[in-house]
Amino acid sequence: MKRICLVLMLLSLLVAFGGSAALADSHCMDALGCVELGPDDPVVIGAMLSVSGATSFYGEDSLGGVEIAINSRDGMLLGREVTLVVEDELCSAEGGQAAAQRVAADETIVGIIGTTCSGAAQGAMPIISEAGMLMISSSNTSPALTNDDTDAGGTYLPGYFRTAHNDLFQGAMGARYAIEVLMAHSVATIHDGDPYTEGLAVVMAETFADMGGDVVFQGAVSKGDTDMTAILTEIAASGPDVVYLPVFVPESEFLTSQLRTTPGLEDAVVMTADGSFSAGFAQNTGDAAVGVVMTGPYVAGETYDEFLVAWDDQIGGQPPSGFHAHAYDAANILMDAVEAVAEEMDDGTVIIGRQALRDAVAAVENYDGLTGSLTCQEESPYAGDCATGTALAVFEIGEAEVMGDWPPAVAWDLSMSMMDE
Amino acid sequence: MFKWRSDDFSWVDFTIDVLRVLIVLGVVVGAWNTLSSGRISFAQWVNLFAAGLSQGSIYALIALGYTLVYGILLMINFAHGEVFMAGAFSTVFLAEALNRTGFLNEQPVLAILLMIAFAGLVSMSVAILLERIAYRPLRGSPRLVPLITAIGASFFLQYTFRGLYGSGFKAYPGVKALQGVIQIGGISIPVVQVFVFCAALLLMLCLYWLVERTRVGKAMRAVSENKEVARLMGIDIDWVIMFTFGVGGFLAGSAGVINGLFRPQGVNFYMGFIPGIKAFTAAVLGGIGNIPGAMLGGLFLGVIEAIGPNLVLAGLGIPGANQLKDVIAFTMLVLVLIFRPQGILGERLSETKA
Repeated sequence: MKRICLVLMLLSLLVAFGGSAALADSHCMDALGCVELGPDDPVVIGAMLSVSGATSFYGEDSLGGVEIAINSRDGMLLGREVTLVVEDELCSAEGGQAAAQRVAADETIVGIIGTTCSGAAQGAMPIISEAGMLMISSSNTSPALTNDDTDAGGTYLPGYFRTAHNDLFQGAMGARYAIEVLMAHSVATIHDGDPYTEGLAVVMAETFADMGGDVVFQGAVSKGDTDMTAILTEIAASGPDVVYLPVFVPESEFLTSQLRTTPGLEDAVVMTADGSFSAGFAQNTGDAAVGVVMTGPYVAGETYDEFLVAWDDQIGGQPPSGFHAHAYDAANILMDAVEAVAEEMDDGTVIIGRQALRDAVAAVENYDGLTGSLTCQEESPYAGDCATGTALAVFEIGEAEVMGDWPPAVAWDLSMSMMDE
Repeated sequence: MFKWRSDDFSWVDFTIDVLRVLIVLGVVVGAWNTLSSGRISFAQWVNLFAAGLSQGSIYALIALGYTLVYGILLMINFAHGEVFMAGAFSTVFLAEALNRTGFLNEQPVLAILLMIAFAGLVSMSVAILLERIAYRPLRGSPRLVPLITAIGASFFLQYTFRGLYGSGFKAYPGVKALQGVIQIGGISIPVVQVFVFCAALLLMLCLYWLVERTRVGKAMRAVSENKEVARLMGIDIDWVIMFTFGVGGFLAGSAGVINGLFRPQGVNFYMGFIPGIKAFTAAVLGGIGNIPGAMLGGLFLGVIEAIGPNLVLAGLGIPGANQLKDVIAFTMLVLVLIFRPQGILGERLSETKA
């Protein structure tokens, strides 16, 4: 008797599944398939971020931005609860691949915020793209990811978007500011071996040289270094006007504070990039941070202040790195797109076409985000780049920022540039 | 050396000898190129050396914890870097509070002593709990078991502290009394570096006195010599082992504060990992289980790291020489393991210890 019951139950399950599959086929007209949500199913968003190990503070920074974006809609989308599934991408290609396999296996996930590291994105994208999903990164900046020219090292695949700035914009902006405003004649660049920082350093040096400046030193430190005496001694010997160090915290903090006590570098201007764009950088570096200029997202304004208050309320303290605002925008773009393409059936189920979702994100234009105006582009080498470079600004750190005031006032942006695009 | 000419030729000896010659050649050529180019002035070399010595004395303080535990239990406590982190991370909050009230700059000596005592106590408690919970139940099991446990404990401590204090970076506040430089004949050395070196030296002298001149030190030496005989002599072995972990923990905690005054930034839950493996390298370099060896190994490693890239690697025309600082450190470890497994000061270990 028991056995018959079991068989009957299994059979009824089979019928139920078969039925729903048939239903999906009947409604979904999308080339890449659809996500189908029953009347009581939540909307599931994936997050592939680096949330463990030495790089966990970047991941948690973005995760906080995503959570605040979801909370700002009271955790609801399409009248359903939003569930966030977080996978650790370990900041490596293998980690990204493994995380992508887990995410792709879950057919209820509508889209992904991630990855934290450019390397992880290269491991993840083939799987994500193949699965028909889309991924919006808040902190990948490697130019390769939005370039589809494989001969030039490009790895773009459909379904990839990002709200972080392509290194090509940011490095060039740093060089322009150094020449036009700081009137610098010579620059020394330091990276930390990460493709992100190396890319920035190279682009900055090339642009600086093209504009007639002199690149006197190009060197590197490694992640985890605390003692920068050796490299700073070497830089002091070449006497640059500007030291460009687009590295992350805490290496940028060590470099800046030790640079000020290195004989010969007392007057050099320190310039960093968005890897150090956080309140912690100014506070941790202390007095040595005064006068540091940095390129970063255009976050000035009341909405960003409100965001910081929300962070303190919901997560506590202040964001640990500089990509939370990008993540907030990425999550909002994704959720807006889901709302725009979702079709509700008579029986209360909702279907979301995967290709339609990609198209909706690609069509984002003049989106008024926390990081400025975003327009998602389709042409390589900027395919999937939603940050266009106009949302970047140069900031200068003063006494107030060292005491905990954040963000600093905008010192310069491209509209003030003397050169034409 | 050069045994391969005689009848007992072996490829291993030959390879090692070739390696020896190549390394000496590389070091000499690199150093010659750098020095003759005059790229770095004498005053700058002194600065590099001083910074290396300070960094090295921090390595030495941590390395002592590895060596003390190895001396007594023959195990590598790979969670020791996290013991260092525990003290350094916890004390950053005390330091911030002392800075806010102004006490840190009014009474720097008292404030720093207070910070060292606090960090020492935190790290000591962590080390003692670690021994009691993770290692003591496994005593007498095969040697691989406590080693793996140590790695597990290391992760456990990291993520516990991340849970407690978050994953962001903190920094120690600047102490005005330690800012500025000391001028000696055209060479300027930062005050903080002198302080770091002296403080570390003082702590090491205290340890030496503890081990060599006190009753409990005698008991530690006895236990490290032979546990069973020590037990027969009426020594409470469990207590002595716990005490040893405590001492190592205290040194690691104080190293955390000294490190915080020297390199204020970068305080987070992961900060113990690299100093931990560097200090382990220093301990092996000096001869693991040997207390003066750990001190010497730490100082040696710090100086080699500071000078090596600029002196040897840059001289050989290797690009990005400064990025290879860690390569120098760990190449030293490999070289010591190949050429002098007992370390610089290590005696030939007896059968039971080796």
